Amino acid sequence: MKALPAVMLVLLTAAASAAELPPGATSCSGCHPPTASAETKVPPIRGRNPAEIVAAMEAFRSGERPSTVMGRIAKGFSDDEIRAVAAWLAAQH
Amino acid sequence: MLCTTRRTFLGGAVALLATPAIAQGKPRVVILGGGFGGAACARAMRLADPGFEVTLVEPNPTFTACPFSNAVIAGLRDIAAQRFGYDAIRTAGITVAQDQATAVDPQTRRVTLRGGAGLDYDRLVLSPGIAIRWDSLPGYDEAAAAVMPHAWIAGEQTLLRRQLEVISAPANPFRCPPGPYERASLIAYYLKTAKPRSKVILLDAKDSFSKQRLFQDAWRQLYPERVEWVSLSNGGKVTSVDAKTRTLVSDFATYKADVANVIPPQRAGRIAELAGVADRTGWCPVDPVSFESRLQPNIHVVGDAAIAGAMPKSAFAANAQAKVCADAITALLHGDTPSQPKLINNCYSLVAPDYGISIAGVYHPVNGQLADVEGAGGASPSDAPADFRALEASYAEAWFRTITTQTFG
Repeated sequence: MKALPAVMLVLLTAAASAAELPPGATSCSGCHPPTASAETKVPPIRGRNPAEIVAAMEAFRSGERPSTVMGRIAKGFSDDEIRAVAAWLAAQH
Repeated sequence: MLCTTRRTFLGGAVALLATPAIAQGKPRVVILGGGFGGAACARAMRLADPGFEVTLVEPNPTFTACPFSNAVIAGLRDIAAQRFGYDAIRTAGITVAQDQATAVDPQTRRVTLRGGAGLDYDRLVLSPGIAIRWDSLPGYDEAAAAVMPHAWIAGEQTLLRRQLEVISAPANPFRCPPGPYERASLIAYYLKTAKPRSKVILLDAKDSFSKQRLFQDAWRQLYPERVEWVSLSNGGKVTSVDAKTRTLVSDFATYKADVANVIPPQRAGRIAELAGVADRTGWCPVDPVSFESRLQPNIHVVGDAAIAGAMPKSAFAANAQAKVCADAITALLHGDTPSQPKLINNCYSLVAPDYGISIAGVYHPVNGQLADVEGAGGASPSDAPADFRALEASYAEAWFRTITTQTFG
């Protein structure tokens, strides 16, 4: 009896997150490889701790963390959008 | 690449909960064009829901990538590094039809292939890239292109010449806005070492171009007197060519080239016109959320062929659009509403092998068009040190490896 509500919850959550792909989330993999690669200096970001991604994006956006292109990209995302993308990336593994 | 297991699970869960838009059988998604847009869309559709029947139609057995093809032309790279097969896409569970689509009937939702066979679809994605407008520049036809190559669709054209001295660039819009200037740069790099008394003349139908300040600063620094850019105002617009004498004629002057490279005006690939999704501009108006055609229902257009507002015609953009389009089609086939997207573009150009520059943008739908997110994007800083340029050159190569592995690997 205890298992049923849990199953329902998973399904509903899954449906909600599938319908709500965070804006911008799928563009990241244009540059970031799915796993660490010896051939690229660009770090993988899938499956990372979302707090790390949020902190990095905020630092890129403010300029506190130097970058080539990430500062220019991070400026296109709000706090909420960054959090949503970070949570989505964390769930990709 | 997206995570297979998670996406598969989510897709399955949604299919159970939502009312399917297609009542019977597996939803059929047909994709025409196996480049950065089409192949990426096929893979994203496959990952989105294993219940979809995904067919990719592409006439060529291998894909030849345009990004980095300027390095091939300049003798810095082997064309083999540009070629990708479709085996991994087949292994991923996608039907790859090596065939040419010759007609699309939006009413019956059927694609006709060259051999006469038909492919029925619930949703059709066109990613046909560009076609050359052979009627737009007097003297420049397919025979002339054998003598004065465009090399703007990678393949045999890329190998025609390795020394290009007069380049003509078209007016906007066209594939790869910084491409003509990257090409001039890498040709100048080649000439500097192999033919030091030669120069590149770039005849332009525009008065400004992508990453202009960065290119012009780099030309002054690396190739002084070796790259001459002739703007529209200075008579740069080529009005006719004569292939026999390798002559390019502009409003103000006639240029006789040892080697001529004409980058002509373009339009969406031919099937877009046949499907009725191209407008009078030759390109395809689309909804910025779903990339569904504004002219025909159930047909989506991504990549260079689409009118994507502020997004340039680039491989990166095609790939980003393909993934958003796949997500929208998944939602539509599940009876859901596509979510509002944001898209990123990031284009690298090489000015020299160890000197890279980039231009980035973030885009969102505004009033039915993809518009720049204000305050974001832009080009590399103009005052960056050499190690910054070298880092961006290495990121350019990293990007190419990542995106081609994601799409074709």
